[in-house]
Amino acid sequence: MNPGPLHLHVPEPSARPGHETDFSYLHLARAGEARRPAVDVSPVDTSDLAYTLVRVLDDDGRAVGPWAPQIATDRLRHGLRAMMKMRAYDARMLIAQRQKKISFYMQCLGEEAIAVAHALALQPGDMCFPTYRQQGLLLVRDDIDMVEMMCQAMSNERDPIKGRQLPLLHSYKRAGFFTISGNLATQFVQAVGWAMASAIKGDTKIASAWIGDGATAESDFHTALTFAHVYRAPVILNVVNNQWAISTFQAIAGGEATTFAARGVGCGIASLRVDGNDFLAVHAASLWAAERARSNLGPTLIEWITYRAGAHSTSDDPSRYRPGDDWQHFPLGDPIARLKQHLIGIGAWSDKENDDTQKELDAQVAAALKEAERYGSLLDGHIPPLSSMFEDVYKDMPPHLREQMRQAEAT
Amino acid sequence: MATMTMIQALRSAMDVMLERDDNVVVYGQDVGYFGGVFRCTDGLQAKYGSSRVFDAPISEGGIVGTAIGMAAYGLRPVVEVQFADYFYPASDQIVSEAARLRYRSVGDFTAPITIRMPCGGGIYGGQTHSQSPEALFTHVCGLRTVMPSNPYDAKGLLIASIENDDPVIFLEPKRLYNGPFDGHHDKPMVPWSAHPTSEVPEGHYVVPLASAAVFKPGTDLTVITYGTMVFVSEAAARETGIDAEIIDLRSLWPLDLPTIVESVKKTRRCVVVHEATRTSGLGAELVSLVQEHCFYHLEAPIERVTGWDTPYPHALEWAYFPGPARVAAAMQRAMEK
Repeated sequence: MNPGPLHLHVPEPSARPGHETDFSYLHLARAGEARRPAVDVSPVDTSDLAYTLVRVLDDDGRAVGPWAPQIATDRLRHGLRAMMKMRAYDARMLIAQRQKKISFYMQCLGEEAIAVAHALALQPGDMCFPTYRQQGLLLVRDDIDMVEMMCQAMSNERDPIKGRQLPLLHSYKRAGFFTISGNLATQFVQAVGWAMASAIKGDTKIASAWIGDGATAESDFHTALTFAHVYRAPVILNVVNNQWAISTFQAIAGGEATTFAARGVGCGIASLRVDGNDFLAVHAASLWAAERARSNLGPTLIEWITYRAGAHSTSDDPSRYRPGDDWQHFPLGDPIARLKQHLIGIGAWSDKENDDTQKELDAQVAAALKEAERYGSLLDGHIPPLSSMFEDVYKDMPPHLREQMRQAEAT
Repeated sequence: MATMTMIQALRSAMDVMLERDDNVVVYGQDVGYFGGVFRCTDGLQAKYGSSRVFDAPISEGGIVGTAIGMAAYGLRPVVEVQFADYFYPASDQIVSEAARLRYRSVGDFTAPITIRMPCGGGIYGGQTHSQSPEALFTHVCGLRTVMPSNPYDAKGLLIASIENDDPVIFLEPKRLYNGPFDGHHDKPMVPWSAHPTSEVPEGHYVVPLASAAVFKPGTDLTVITYGTMVFVSEAAARETGIDAEIIDLRSLWPLDLPTIVESVKKTRRCVVVHEATRTSGLGAELVSLVQEHCFYHLEAPIERVTGWDTPYPHALEWAYFPGPARVAAAMQRAMEK
């Protein structure tokens, strides 16, 4: 047989603008279908869970199957409220960028459940190494001031990191939120190192590493898996598969005909593929992985299946490369709508409560932005003093920087 | 006081710091059970246990990346990159992460890590076991770059680096591990025991960072150099009879500018010597600094002696290596004008 000349395979999404995406490539499972092994399962025995989909909420909003978590209704209400706050915050900040009050913004629309439900599964002292789409890790907390987060986005005089970073690249050690780099994937290895340190010191804290589907192609991702496995590091390795890295479809990152969770199993790491738009599944899987880590059972890789409903950033226009109404057809729906449906179903929420909460949160976010604006912004010249540019390069400013600071101030 | 080679002095520094500070950990490829391909960590795992001294996968990005995470937790990792020629996969972690963690988080997180790397040639290592990449580090704001030239300084600088709260690139000229090599590769090797700098205290001491040493005082001209080239320059001075003042930078950046300026203003002539390739090397920065600070004191153009702008060759190693003859010629040119 003559197979003909060789040809290069370049993956494509199932639809481009003007057509409808065929989401069958996601290989979904029914809610309740995936089994829940004991936390001391051998990593190799999670192989099937890396190819199926852990789901709890069914199409009617009922919690079904072995992963349905024991979680107090108040926690769920808190989670719903945090997701709604996250969405209101994003919406307001997007407008602020269009109004030129901030230079740049990235929303996490459609992915709110992952950061919020995961955060509720961690303990004080644990450390997340996030990307720029896990703002929910901060907004779910009562001890992080929304006004201060907005001041960071404005790079104004109240910005706790002195205008040194793009909007969203927060640093909150006290909230278990590692400084975001802006370079991709580097933090995935660092999280493993942090977790190794906790083990070296005989501590009880665990790390939670974050990466997107696109950046798993970086060598740092594979390096992190190797180190996490070798040293059995107490770390949760989160891969947020939102299908798109700017215009790069997840198949170009290596997701075609396989899963990102499968990478974990190949490295000897217990791995799960989970419905990231299912608040209950996210919480349950996070608790499972956290218990494994805290019990010296080592790392867990979790691929969260979700959809980046918005643009990559305010500099991006997704209508150029994917169908404009894709999210409406995404089979895992909207995480906020799904948890709301569940809570109403169990009599723990109502449409009126929802409307009241929405109004309250919108007002709260608007008031916070108004207050943040009082401290000025990068764009109206209310920026940190010139000398701050030269501080913190080293712990103590060396002579050459003192000299350069003098020169900068003289011109 | 004991007599130590540079290897023993480096090991002693890590031993002292592992003993003094529970937060110090030491790891890298072949570093644990075996004790390192150059034996710098020999015996440390047996003494401090495998949770503080251990082997790492062959992944420089992973070694440095995990060290940053450990440092963010509160440890003081001392990691080894087996040859400086192998650091490139760790570039992103060094340049974008370790060097800027303090800055970008306003001190919320810091990376007090020490990255040890054997560097330099003269061991028939070919182009992947001989490089001197110091200029790639001195160009990066937020890093400290250090290179000792003898056992006493090696121990004191390594302890100072581990105790320092900034990330430190610690380059070890591997040709000096076992003796003060002066570039005469065809002569018998002189052991460290024959040199006064091999007298090393067994306990804790520091050689401060950003402080140069006047390795040899002199009046005719100033040689600014570091690492292996300190001894090569000393040989060149001896053989020419030129009374050179040899400055061993020890810390390449941030560096000790006053010592350089004071010396050049005194001798009025200057030769810059390094083993690394020439173009955009650290020598270019040193020449600029001398020009900016000493121009009206100079009697002659500043001379620069470096490796050629080629990969480090295997067979032609000694044609590449800037040995005593090349340094001597530059000194003579500087004296003639």
